[in-house]
Amino acid sequence: MEKTVETILSEHQDAHRDSLIPILQEIQESVGYLSEKSIIEVGKHLNLPTSKIFGVATFYNQFRFEPKGKFHIQICRGTACHVLGSATVLDELQKALKMKAGQTSRDGLFSIEVVACIGACGLAPVICVNGEFHAKVTSNSIKEIVESYKKQAEN
Amino acid sequence: MNNSDIKSYLIQNILKPVIINFDDKNIIENLQILKRDKIEKPVIYIGAGTCGLGAGAGKTRKAVEEYLSNNQIEAEIIETGCIGLCSSEPLMDIQIPGFNRISYEKVTEDKVENILSSVFKLEVAQNPKLGQFFTENLRKWDNVPNFNDHSFFKPQTRVVLQNCGIINPVSIEEYVARGGYRSYLKTIKEYTSIEVCEKIIKSGLRGRGGGGFTTGMKWKFANGEKSDQKYLVCNADEGDPGAFMDRAVIEGDPHRLIEGMAIGAFAIGATKAYIYIRAEYPLAIERLKIALKQAEDYGLIGENIFDSGIDLRIKIKMGAGAFVCGEETALMHSIEGKRGMPRPRPPFPTQSGLFGKTTVINNVETFANVPTILEKGEDWFASIGTQNSKGTKVFALSGKVKLTGLVEIPMGTTIRDVIFKISGGILNDKKFKSVQIGGPSGGCITEENLDILIDYDTLKTVGAMMGSGGLVVMDEDTCMVDVAKFFMDFIQRESCGKCIPCREGTKRMLEILQSITSKPLAGEKHLALERFNGVLQLERLGKVIKETSLCGLGQTAPNPVLSTLRWFRHEYEEHIFDRKCSANVCTELRTYKIDVEKCTGCTVCVKKCPTDAIIGSKKAPHFIVSDKCIGCGTCESVCKFDAISVEN
Repeated sequence: MEKTVETILSEHQDAHRDSLIPILQEIQESVGYLSEKSIIEVGKHLNLPTSKIFGVATFYNQFRFEPKGKFHIQICRGTACHVLGSATVLDELQKALKMKAGQTSRDGLFSIEVVACIGACGLAPVICVNGEFHAKVTSNSIKEIVESYKKQAEN
Repeated sequence: MNNSDIKSYLIQNILKPVIINFDDKNIIENLQILKRDKIEKPVIYIGAGTCGLGAGAGKTRKAVEEYLSNNQIEAEIIETGCIGLCSSEPLMDIQIPGFNRISYEKVTEDKVENILSSVFKLEVAQNPKLGQFFTENLRKWDNVPNFNDHSFFKPQTRVVLQNCGIINPVSIEEYVARGGYRSYLKTIKEYTSIEVCEKIIKSGLRGRGGGGFTTGMKWKFANGEKSDQKYLVCNADEGDPGAFMDRAVIEGDPHRLIEGMAIGAFAIGATKAYIYIRAEYPLAIERLKIALKQAEDYGLIGENIFDSGIDLRIKIKMGAGAFVCGEETALMHSIEGKRGMPRPRPPFPTQSGLFGKTTVINNVETFANVPTILEKGEDWFASIGTQNSKGTKVFALSGKVKLTGLVEIPMGTTIRDVIFKISGGILNDKKFKSVQIGGPSGGCITEENLDILIDYDTLKTVGAMMGSGGLVVMDEDTCMVDVAKFFMDFIQRESCGKCIPCREGTKRMLEILQSITSKPLAGEKHLALERFNGVLQLERLGKVIKETSLCGLGQTAPNPVLSTLRWFRHEYEEHIFDRKCSANVCTELRTYKIDVEKCTGCTVCVKKCPTDAIIGSKKAPHFIVSDKCIGCGTCESVCKFDAISVEN
């Protein structure tokens, strides 16, 4: 894990403050989340206090400080999705996985993230699992979707 | 010809001479081939924007590839962006040499074989079609209407969306063959930067992100500033839930955005530009990256562009999930690597912006209008629309409407026409209740105001605002108090926390809305008066927050609440005094009852109830204790005998 952060930082020679967010985004992309260690490394590289970096990272919803699950489920809670029942879908999802949004399951298989708007409002309610979009999700179909990913994990 | 040869050909013959119309028959024919007006082998287009992929276009593509390989047919597959009719996705168009391009809708993977086998035999398949694109000198398909006569598309005037869903978004060759980048090269050759600003002012183009400021004026201010470095920024954050027009433009026609930005950069004298795009749009980011590389490769971005002495570098910066970063000062802070918190204005970005330098920030849709304005002229643009709102606007239709998607119409069209004529009316033919316009900064339009003309200023007279153009349609089953609570909850989470009116004020407003929609306690008649006071407090708070917040987020945060209070006060009063939600949405105000005749005493609901609110033993009729019931509806969903229903 340390190596990946090292590689990323080496690709940002002479980086300044305006590279902070892209660097954090690249670290999260490859490592999966921002660990305390990586943030300290970034601080050294950019000559910024760790507290400042935490201040920036915690401001933005995108950054995770815990590893995400094998299947990361993003559920959209935008207006169109809400009007078409996304609140019930979220309830069912939390029930099915026995955890709340923002958490990762103990077996590391699933994590749930609530997103403000994915931008596919024409097909609301929408969820996105590891980049794969599912449209017109209902409180019934969400259970099936979760099952299909569970099966995928078993294979 | 390979891509490299095509590039040399286009640069030599089309881009360098900067001619808009051609006489040379050879060039015309070569362009027709690049535009795919003349083809040698069949082309299959698959609508692969985020909506299309969400509806299964990825699987459709695999099915197409399988069919072609199994039947040993050579055909080109092109993934396009969104044409705008999301409810019909996945879309698949087929172009057989010599025939009009024909468009099929709802083409899930299981439908592919039937359609392709028919079309390759020159027969029209029975599957639902949107129409055929009538092209001169090409044969028509029998009994297939003109695509442009489709009720969704006919009333539209597609300027910004003209290429979306039609072309290959990541083909600069196709974009150039269709006239792309000629506006830009003509502009930098023939006009001065100030002349470009004047043209845009004369066109009447106003900011499409929601602010509605005269774009040309903003450019002129920046043009007039003396600075060693100027920046141009494209706001592609599109944070408004319910808005996805910018996403469609970038996924469907990214070169249009790049060209618009290049013209803008020339107009203000910027040599560096940023596109700030939200991280939730991975496909748009991917296509944009490819398009930028292509533009660089053609020398349209870089140093000494086409020997003009002009430099321009465009960089992509990804958002990190903060709605407030759609506000221009917060956006600039985010690019600078800081917390996305706004700051007071003045100084305005044109005086002191990114890294303290002169900066102009415009929305994607604003830029996307620019190439056509320079091509067809500012008078043409000004001839469309109303007195104060010129040109077209792209609206994103979603919610309880039959045809969801993107609609581009001239300003001055009525909302009634957009919802009932173009989008087919209310889903399942239910009763229209309201349409929310402008996202969390906007308001709702009711039945009585449906004939209002879409115009920046007239919308404000009914307490709404254009915003980015998201229209969320609501029907009789939507609770307006719940909608107000939804927006306030969203704003509360997205508030940056810097100023007290927004940070504390919206929290108090949310608490009041939560108390109105929460579980009634026994013997609480006097609390009704408390809740009513809460509503008056909502109005007072709203006024203070609007007048004292630091940025646009706070200043417009009370709008959805104030708007719903203005037009749906009776719903608020029903929640407060009658403790009822007639739309049946506010779960805590629901009470369920068990029909003693139908109940068989199976105890399933007793076991499933999360608050143990149901009493009953085997074979005896069960009973719901209303004090314990939280209205979740689990019992109703598990009852196999239809014995449980909501008490009205």
